[in-house]
Amino acid sequence: MSARSRVWTVAKRELAAYFDSPVAYVFIVIFLLLAGFFTFTFGAFFDRGEASLGAFFMWMPWLFLFLVPAVGMRLWSEERRSGTMELLLTFPITTWQAIAGKFLASWLFLAIALALTFPVWLTVNVLGDPDNGVIVAGYVGSLLLAGAYLAVSSATSAMTRNQVVSFIVALVVCLALVLVGFPPVTDLLARWAPPWLVEAVAAFSVLTHFEGFQKGVLDSRDVVFFASVIGFALFVTGVVLRGQRAG
Amino acid sequence: MIKVEHLTRTFGPKTAVDDVSFEVARGEVLGFLGPNGAGKSTTMRMITGYIPPTAGRVAVCGFDVAAQPIEARRRIGYLPESAPSYHDMSVVAFLGFAAEMRGLRAEAKKRAVAKAVETCFLESVLHQSIDTLSKGFRHRTCLAQALIHDPEVLILDEPTDGLDPNQKHEVRSLIRRMGADKAIVFSTHILEEVEAACSRAIIIDRGRIVANGTPAELKARSDRAGAVRLALRGPQAEAAREALAKLPGVARVEIVSDEGGAVAVRAFPDQAQRQAAFAAQLAQAIMSRWSWTIAELHTEEGRLDDVFRAITRPDTAREPAAPAPERVAA
Ligand SMILES: Nc1ncnc2c1ncn2[C@@H]1O[C@H](COP(=O)(O)OP(=O)(O)OP(=O)(O)O)[C@@H](O)[C@H]1O
Ligand SMILES: [Mg+2]
Repeated sequence: MSARSRVWTVAKRELAAYFDSPVAYVFIVIFLLLAGFFTFTFGAFFDRGEASLGAFFMWMPWLFLFLVPAVGMRLWSEERRSGTMELLLTFPITTWQAIAGKFLASWLFLAIALALTFPVWLTVNVLGDPDNGVIVAGYVGSLLLAGAYLAVSSATSAMTRNQVVSFIVALVVCLALVLVGFPPVTDLLARWAPPWLVEAVAAFSVLTHFEGFQKGVLDSRDVVFFASVIGFALFVTGVVLRGQRAG
Repeated sequence: MIKVEHLTRTFGPKTAVDDVSFEVARGEVLGFLGPNGAGKSTTMRMITGYIPPTAGRVAVCGFDVAAQPIEARRRIGYLPESAPSYHDMSVVAFLGFAAEMRGLRAEAKKRAVAKAVETCFLESVLHQSIDTLSKGFRHRTCLAQALIHDPEVLILDEPTDGLDPNQKHEVRSLIRRMGADKAIVFSTHILEEVEAACSRAIIIDRGRIVANGTPAELKARSDRAGAVRLALRGPQAEAAREALAKLPGVARVEIVSDEGGAVAVRAFPDQAQRQAAFAAQLAQAIMSRWSWTIAELHTEEGRLDDVFRAITRPDTAREPAAPAPERVAA
């Protein structure tokens, strides 16, 4: 059996578990409502007088901040709490394959939720003539952003069997990833720190790297950044899972 | 097929498994006995590669569990202690998942699931969600998962826990049947199970192996093994005990009961005498000396229970600070 089909078997079960529970539908509804709400009211969509999804994507880092950890919190916590981890990790797969399978499933779930925002895209296309290239870049960025938050949630959920703790810790870590590049915070930092330090710190922020996608620029450095966050957080997940068993 | 060498596992300052070595060949069913916290589950977790040992190694079918975990795990079916399963799935979906994880697809998967369902009597709950199953059915679902790929090695942690007497019986005979061409290790707290299903048993106490042998060999270690139980009509209990104890070859005699006109006693042979002839000699000696009637006479086999209790210290004796209850002191 190939490594790919093992990963896929794990992912399939995980994805089915999302859709077998009402939580998935509740999540999707809340996500769509909030996305619509932020875009059309907070985002002053109609006052802008321009056909774009700028407001929609501008709110993504904040919206995902709460919603993605909610999706990711059960990944390993639940597995530990119910003891199925002992089953999963004694099947003939490596820990990495199990981590990848579970991560991909929840990422796919978020991708589906994101895809369901297509009415927003339809709306702007009906109302005006937006630059659809920018919109595609925005969606790609949002997906990468969700992946980064999700990988962090995967790591925190490996650390505890308590989903609430997992959620809160993931939220705090993701919030830190946002804030180090959030203008009010960087401005504060710039008052006493040299500019190179402010810039170096901001380079670790998802906001900094999400900006390009919002403008429709697909910069490979931004893609590499998100890929590294995902890779690193999944690596931490593996280290935590191994560490626990090694005692 | 299973080779365990000097396996040791510590949790912080505590040694859960201490230098355990044993082998299980094809066709053998090994019973794993020991008091709570003896280290049975920990040993099994190390055999399946779930937790790494602090020291020592395990090989399954020639594959080192640490170096070639995938190859080793492919050949193992494992029922963890708590019989975990994904509660949001139906029985058939769960078994399908397990089959796919074992690399079975399409027809092979369907056949494997059907077979496991039949073996573990799950037909009636096939499409039921696992979280609505009773404990016994949940346990059987997880057992079915362990058998799904017809593995060469089975590691079953308390496979009959929570089952009704009929199912216990079924699982025991299943283990015995499968034991013919597999290597099986199973743990249990039910000593009759060992006699019913095992070709060999290991007793482990506080992480160490304290006995290893066939059920018959273990029973022979009981001090009751080879003792003769007699029911006599005629003498007073105390008189009979004293008289019998003076006979040649008799180490000591204890009174079992004294009611209904008959005295039941148990005579222990001294070491040199541990043999079948002891009963006959005893009977002859009695008949030639006294005019008692021997209402009953048989040689005892010894009980695993006694062996278990004699070689593993009771839980209460573990904490040195706790005052020993009278039961233990007596
Ligand atoms: N993850 C762990 N962390 C710390 N100690 C542990 C851990 N797992 C097991 N132990 C300790 O190791 C010892 C052996 O436990 P184990 O579960 O192997 O016992 P057991 O023989 O299976 O007992 P039982 O008959 O109750 O199932 C116990 O003292 C237990 O407290
Ligand atoms: Mg146990």
